[in-house]
Amino acid sequence: MTFERDARTALADGQLRSALRHATTLFGERRRSALATVPDWEGARDRARAIKDETLEHLDRYLEEFAANAERAGACVHWARDAAEACDIIGGIAERRGARTVVKSKSMASEEIHLNAALARRGIEPVETDLGEYIVQLAGETPSHIVVPAIHKTRAQIAALFAEKLGIAPSDDVTTLAAAARQALRRRFAEADLGISGVNFAVAETGTILILENEGNARLTTSLPRTHVALMGIEKVIPRFADLEVFLKLLPRSGTGQVLTAYQSLITGTKRRLQDEGPEELHIVVLDNGRSRMLASPVTRQALACIRCGACLNACPVYRQIGGHAYGSVYPGPIGAVLSPQLFGLARSAALPYASTLCGACRDVCPVKIDIPALLLHLRAQVVAGRVGEPRSLERLAFRIYTAVMVRPRLFAWLMRAVRSLRIMPPLGAWTKWRDLRPLAPQSFRELWQAGLRDQRGPDA
Amino acid sequence: MRVSLFVTCLADQLWPSAAVGAVEVLRRLGCSVEFDERQTCCGQPAFNTGYRPAARALARRQIEIFESSAADAIVSPSGSCTAMVHHYDQLFDDASWRARARGVAERTYELSSFLVNRLGVEDVGATFSARLTWHDACHSLRDLGIKHEPRRLLRHVKGAELVELPPPGAEACCGFGGTFSVKYPEISVAILDEKVDVIERAGVDAVVSGDVSCLMQIAGRLSRRGSTVRALHIAEVLASRP
Repeated sequence: MTFERDARTALADGQLRSALRHATTLFGERRRSALATVPDWEGARDRARAIKDETLEHLDRYLEEFAANAERAGACVHWARDAAEACDIIGGIAERRGARTVVKSKSMASEEIHLNAALARRGIEPVETDLGEYIVQLAGETPSHIVVPAIHKTRAQIAALFAEKLGIAPSDDVTTLAAAARQALRRRFAEADLGISGVNFAVAETGTILILENEGNARLTTSLPRTHVALMGIEKVIPRFADLEVFLKLLPRSGTGQVLTAYQSLITGTKRRLQDEGPEELHIVVLDNGRSRMLASPVTRQALACIRCGACLNACPVYRQIGGHAYGSVYPGPIGAVLSPQLFGLARSAALPYASTLCGACRDVCPVKIDIPALLLHLRAQVVAGRVGEPRSLERLAFRIYTAVMVRPRLFAWLMRAVRSLRIMPPLGAWTKWRDLRPLAPQSFRELWQAGLRDQRGPDA
Repeated sequence: MRVSLFVTCLADQLWPSAAVGAVEVLRRLGCSVEFDERQTCCGQPAFNTGYRPAARALARRQIEIFESSAADAIVSPSGSCTAMVHHYDQLFDDASWRARARGVAERTYELSSFLVNRLGVEDVGATFSARLTWHDACHSLRDLGIKHEPRRLLRHVKGAELVELPPPGAEACCGFGGTFSVKYPEISVAILDEKVDVIERAGVDAVVSGDVSCLMQIAGRLSRRGSTVRALHIAEVLASRP
C-alpha cells in the first residue's frame, strides 16, 4: 500500500507537480527536436537494440573480454554478486587507500546498492558532485529521476535549501545558485582522495569505460583523486568501440534532448608514466545484483537493454503526475516498474507493475525499443499467478464471476437485462467519487439488433 | 463486402449508439453486416490485470466464434479491443492456437482503419454541424498505429470542423487504463484532468474518440465538472445524416 499512499502524497504536493509538469514537458519537447536531427531514428533504434541483444546473448564472453582488456590497460576489475559485496569491495578500497574525502559523480548503480549509507558506516561521507544529486543529498532525499535527480524540486525550494545549508544569501538566480554549489564542491574536489563514478558503456574490445555528463564533475571525479572506482551493472558492456556511435546518437537525445552531452569521458586503464595525469589506481566494480536472474528469463531479458536515458519517465502520464519517490525504488517510472520487481523482488514491488495505464508512450520513446507494457503485463501475470503482495481476494472473486458470465452469452445478456431493468448501480465508489458513471443504455446493442436492426438493409446489400 | 461486427461488451451495454452507428455506416458503404450473438468480452480486462487463464478462456471463445464466420472482415468500434485480439497469440504456447489467433487477428480491424485502409473511403456521406476535436485512444494509436484514419474521416464530415487539441494534445493518455481507473483513481483523474482542461480550452462542442473506454472516462469527468462539451464515438458522428 506504500505506493498508493506515497502517490497520494505526491498528488497533494502542488510544488512537486508544477516542477514535474514543467520539467517533463521541457525534456519531451527537447527530445522531439533533437530527434529531428537524425535522419534514420528508427534504424538507429533497431541497430542499438540488435547490439544489446547480441551482447546479452553472449554476456559472459563480452564481460570476460572487457575485464581482460581493462586489466591489461592497468585497471583492476572486481566482481560483485550483490549490493553487499559491491559495498564491501568499494569500502575496502577506500579504507586501504586511506580515503578521507570521497567525491562521487552521478551513478544510479551506487544508489541501487545504497553505497553512501554503506560508506557512512565506515566513517566515510561521500560528497555528491552532480548538481542535482548534490541538491538531493543536501536535502537528505533520494533522486526522483534517473537522469534528473532533483526534478521534483522548484527553483525556489533549491534557493531556500542553499540558503539554509550553504549559508548563502537567499537568491533564486540560477547562476548564483550554481556558483554557490561550484564553490562548495571545488573545495571537496581539491581534497578528495577517492572518486566514485558510474559507467554508461563499457567497451569489451578495448576495456574502455565511457561516462557521459554535462557539468564536468564526472571528469573531475575520475581524474583528480589518486583512486578512481567505477561501478557498473553487468549489462553496461557493449562489444565494439564502433558500437558507441549509435548509442551516443541515441542516449543524449533521448535523455536530455541534447545532440551530445557536454563531456564524454573515455577511460582506458590508468596512467602509464609518472608524468601522465590521472589516478594511480582504477577499480572497476562489475555488479550483478539480480541482473543474471533477469538474463535467464527470455521475456524479461530485454529490460537489460535499458541505457538509463529516462525518456520513458518523462513520457509516462503516471510519472508526470506523481514523480519518482512514490515508486519507492531507485528506479522509478515505467522502466523502474519493470526493473524494481525483478532486481529487488516481486513481493517488495508488487504494486509497481500496476502503476501504469499501459498507454505505451514509454515503448514509443524507448531508444532501444524495450516493450515495457508487455513486460508490465508479464509481471502482473506473475503477481496474480504467484499470489504475491496484497491478497486481492475481492479481485480474484470478481474475475472468477466475470469469466463464468462471459463464457455464457445467454447468462451475460440476461444478467445485463436484469441490471438494466432493476437499475442496479454497481459499487464503484472509486469511479463515482470523481467521475459520473454513464448509465446503461435503455437497450443494449444486442437487444436493438434483435428488435429489428438485424433486418434493416443497407442501400445495396 | 461481408463484415462481422465485433461489438465489444462496453459498446454493447454502455454505448450501443456507437455500435449502431458502425452498422449504419458499414451498410451505407455497401457492406452486409452480421452479428454473432455468442460474443461477449474479448478478455482484455483479465489480460491487463494479470489473469491469464481467464483471458485465455475468453480468447479461445472469441477465436472460435469469429473463425466460424465466413465474413471478409471483422470490424470493431474499439481500438483497444481490436488491439487485444492482435495480442491473442501471446497467450498461447500451443503453435496451432497461436496460428488460429493470428488468423483471426489478421481479419480484425478497428472501424476507422477498416473504412480508410480496407474500403478506401474517407467521405462516408455524413453531416454533423459542430466543432470537434479528436482524442487518440492509446491502443489505437500506439498498438495499431491508427492516427490519420479517423482525422481524415472527420474532415470529410459536412458541417464539422476538426481542431487539434493544444499540448499535451490528442495523443496524451486520458488516464483510464482499465482497472487502473479504479485501482488508482486519484492518479487516473489527475491524468484525466490535464486532458479535460485542454478539451475545454479548445472551445469545441464535442470530443470524439474511437473507444468507449476513453469516452466513459472523459465524459464522466466532463459531466462532473459541469462542462457543456459532449463526448461522442466516431461512429455516432459518421452515422449522422442531415
